[in-house]
Amino acid sequence: MHVAPIFGRALRRSPWVFHVGTSGCNNCDIEIADCLSPRFDVERFGVRLVGSPRHADVMLISGPVSMACRRPLQETWLEMPRPRAALLVGVCACSMGAYRDAYSVAGPADRVIREVDPEARFLYVPGCPPKPETIIAGLVKLLEEI
Amino acid sequence: MSDPASRKVIEIGPFHPLLEEPVGFSLTVEGERVVAIDARMDYIHKGLERLAQERTYDMVPILLERICGICSVTHSVCFCHAVEDLLGVEIPARAAYIRTILGELERLHSHLLWVGLAGHFIGYNTVFMWSWKYREPVCDLFEMLTGHRQNSALPIVGGVRRDLPVEYFPEARRILDELAGQTARLTAAVLDDPVLSARLRGVGVLAREAALDFGVVGPTARAAGLATDVRRDEPYAAYAEVEWDLVTRDEGDVFAKAVVRLLEIAESIRILRQCFDRLPGGPINLGTLHVPRGEGIGRYEAPRGEDVHYVRSNGTNMPERLKVRAPSFVNIPSFKASCLGAPLADVLITLAACDPCYSCTERAVVLQDRRGGPLPGAPELLAASRRRTAELARELGRPPDLELE
Repeated sequence: MHVAPIFGRALRRSPWVFHVGTSGCNNCDIEIADCLSPRFDVERFGVRLVGSPRHADVMLISGPVSMACRRPLQETWLEMPRPRAALLVGVCACSMGAYRDAYSVAGPADRVIREVDPEARFLYVPGCPPKPETIIAGLVKLLEEI
Repeated sequence: MSDPASRKVIEIGPFHPLLEEPVGFSLTVEGERVVAIDARMDYIHKGLERLAQERTYDMVPILLERICGICSVTHSVCFCHAVEDLLGVEIPARAAYIRTILGELERLHSHLLWVGLAGHFIGYNTVFMWSWKYREPVCDLFEMLTGHRQNSALPIVGGVRRDLPVEYFPEARRILDELAGQTARLTAAVLDDPVLSARLRGVGVLAREAALDFGVVGPTARAAGLATDVRRDEPYAAYAEVEWDLVTRDEGDVFAKAVVRLLEIAESIRILRQCFDRLPGGPINLGTLHVPRGEGIGRYEAPRGEDVHYVRSNGTNMPERLKVRAPSFVNIPSFKASCLGAPLADVLITLAACDPCYSCTERAVVLQDRRGGPLPGAPELLAASRRRTAELARELGRPPDLELE
């Protein structure tokens, strides 16, 4: 996908992030919120958690995607403007982790999103849950890639 | 005053910036007043109980830590209680103290997390930042003592898997002493704050009678004047040997729930200090145990209230059935008593006041008939179940022993 250089530069400076918890166990969601707390404070890098996917550059996804969440996740993804990327936080979003064999799980988030957007780009942050430092490192790496 | 014609339905979720978890609410409002609430909470269902039936008794506690990221100690220890009830064994004293330390650390971080989120929900982000800043040392303590910030993987049936590193205790004590001062300041600041008082007093009142009707548990019940706590009613681990006080309030509003949680933080620190001082020696688990046929029930006081696990064993190394009843399962429906008739602005904080955890609660899923037929409701299911019993009884040549309507 072609990205105009100015977009890439703007994105690197201040990525806006939309957080989607897809049926995870809360642990990754809390560590994501922890990144905003005073000790880690990602807002000093210009990273902002926004309230709508239409405002976001990066989607943070945590948890395996249950069958009930599959359609809402795909719709939310398509609402995000390009260029867009996803940071998959936690082993469940990356590869379903402990829920691999569960009967009501539709799949890991990357597979579910690629059903509607084959060009989607992902960065995987494994861990159960990953520490806030790891999430921040993942975000920085994602921005370098863009 | 209220005009049924002005009724509107507001859909919230499943992905909403204020909700950490996917959950759908539809609020029916007449003007400013909320007159009906419907919740759809099956987005998170993953079938954990089924997964537990395919894992050995040693592996299940590790899986159950993933029911909920905040109550990771709760569910694994509660499962151990259920299996220990089945076996009829007592765990060694050292294991009991280690479980108490884990449980109270979890209560500390869960309550601090709730206070922060409550501040965030009412738009008071100072409270959020402050409270989450003091939550970090608790996560550090967890990491220092167990090697992980939340999922310790310590509880196993018959005790704990690993010992705590005693060489870190002096440092842990120091962090705890520091935390005691910090949380005391936070508590005093929150309780004295005129804005919080004005915003939360008298909001979302769950009266004592309503609390009894809904059978709420934990801080939600204790804030409504019900002195219920499994740690006091049926002491497990080391709770019978340490000194602590039950915190109750009579008002039942959101402010009372905040007060109960904030004061419980001090009680948790008090329990932790005693446990660090008195940690006895000896074994930390009972070794390998064979689980015979039978069934057991485990109770545990989670940060949100009483957690109940039911385990049935068929004599193999995996449970035949596991049933989890998380505290939020009884606390969430209480919004029918506390939210209806409230202004829209108060509903969110009232919903959040019982610290609902949807991933704890999601033990069921709503199935939709693809052919578009109506879903069988409770009467249809009951009728079908009874029809089947009657059929079987006829096949066996015996009349059903009870004539049911």
